[in-house]
Amino acid sequence: MTPNINEKDKLRIREIVQNFARKHSLWVLAYGTGCGAIEIPPTMTSRYDAERFGITGSATPRQADVLLITGYLSTKTLKRVIRTYEQMQAPKYVIGFGSCTINGGMYWDSYNTINALDRYIPVDVYINGCMPRPEAVIEGFIKLQNLIAEGKANGAEKYMENLEWYRENQKKIIHNWQMPDFNW
Amino acid sequence: MDINWIKIAGFVLTPVIAFVVGVTYGGLVRNITARIQNRFGPPVWQNFLDITKLYSKSTAIHHGWMQRLGPAFALTASVTSLFFIPVLRDSEMFSLLSFDGDLIFLLYMMVFGSLGMALGVGQTGNPNSAIGVSRGLSQMVGYEIPFVLALVAIMVQYQTTNLNEILAAQSQFTDWIIFQNPFAFAAGMLALLGMMGYAPFDVVTAPAELASGPPSEFGGKYLAVMMTSRSIFAFAKLVLFTDLFLGGADNFITLVIKTFAIYMFPVLTGIVNPRFRTEHSIQFFWKWPTVLGILAIIIVVW
Repeated sequence: MTPNINEKDKLRIREIVQNFARKHSLWVLAYGTGCGAIEIPPTMTSRYDAERFGITGSATPRQADVLLITGYLSTKTLKRVIRTYEQMQAPKYVIGFGSCTINGGMYWDSYNTINALDRYIPVDVYINGCMPRPEAVIEGFIKLQNLIAEGKANGAEKYMENLEWYRENQKKIIHNWQMPDFNW
Repeated sequence: MDINWIKIAGFVLTPVIAFVVGVTYGGLVRNITARIQNRFGPPVWQNFLDITKLYSKSTAIHHGWMQRLGPAFALTASVTSLFFIPVLRDSEMFSLLSFDGDLIFLLYMMVFGSLGMALGVGQTGNPNSAIGVSRGLSQMVGYEIPFVLALVAIMVQYQTTNLNEILAAQSQFTDWIIFQNPFAFAAGMLALLGMMGYAPFDVVTAPAELASGPPSEFGGKYLAVMMTSRSIFAFAKLVLFTDLFLGGADNFITLVIKTFAIYMFPVLTGIVNPRFRTEHSIQFFWKWPTVLGILAIIIVVW
């Protein structure tokens, strides 16, 4: 049975309401091992007050919506990031924060950092800069909110569709893959 | 047999009203916290957005059936406790299941949600959750004692365990138990500090220490049910305290003013305080609130 136009409209309205809620309630899990983590406290506290936009910190990956990768990722921490990302509940979003997540930044030829985060987990929004100021971080979050409202922030689906490709890239970096194949 | 439509409407409306008021209070608390910290803060309806978002998560991982049942237990306990508390005075629609001895029943019912959650949390296998549960149950032993002492003082004073009769005894402004037995009120309010779980008694959820404690392995819909349950239960507790000490309410405007006044006590205490350790929190409850509770009973019996 093909759904008629009315049902489609109903689904669309439901989607709009859900995306509106998702957009205005982003719980951030800050993976703060890179140096960019120093910009997160001013973004969250009194001076820039990200809670105005519904952006708050979350304590565990299970409750989080946004994974914020603040800066470079060493080959060792990549493993933890993958576990963390896979434990989050869909729809989930990733923000790459700083030049290091885009092309390696100042660590581009380092022996123990990865260069492009996009090859290992799907990234929705990049914030460039070394480091980006809190204004830029909030700008990045608003960009993500607009993507969610348009229904374009579908990183989780992209990850599930291209899981083999992502796994292949991940296993090239992580030689001692001593964890379950699926972490969710 | 006649069907009592007013009661049925009450059963449907009471949880809805409790949900709306409880969630709005949650948003207001976030806003007030923000203003005190010199921030602008989220909109008042922020918690509605959070709950809608959590309900519309597309995946919900669980570790077994007990984890699925835990939030359901908590919600059941919250709604059931709410049904046994007369929300408005002398109203057929909003005093649903009150009976002789409902105060004693409530004492048991209010613990049921936490125990159900503890069972659900046990299955997740997360060490943070296990620590959170053990802390929560220890702290419960702490604040239940002054709370029960305050209730016993009121029960002895009015020779009844029926909330409706206690309400009826407080018909005049000067008859309110806050004036009739201020020590019971003080003990009850200090116990409320622990029940609400704001700082300095937030040893259970302790976000920076235990990764939000018991709910740390719950995401998506489970967390949404827990948030719903917590909002309804917060409203139920506030209405209970209004009924016990401030003479209940005749209409919803009075109810909102009185419950909000009571709610501000734990909230404002929480904003300006750091966190106790678990043993200090229990020591606190066994010291001054308990002494005040015993004083309340002594004064009544004298």
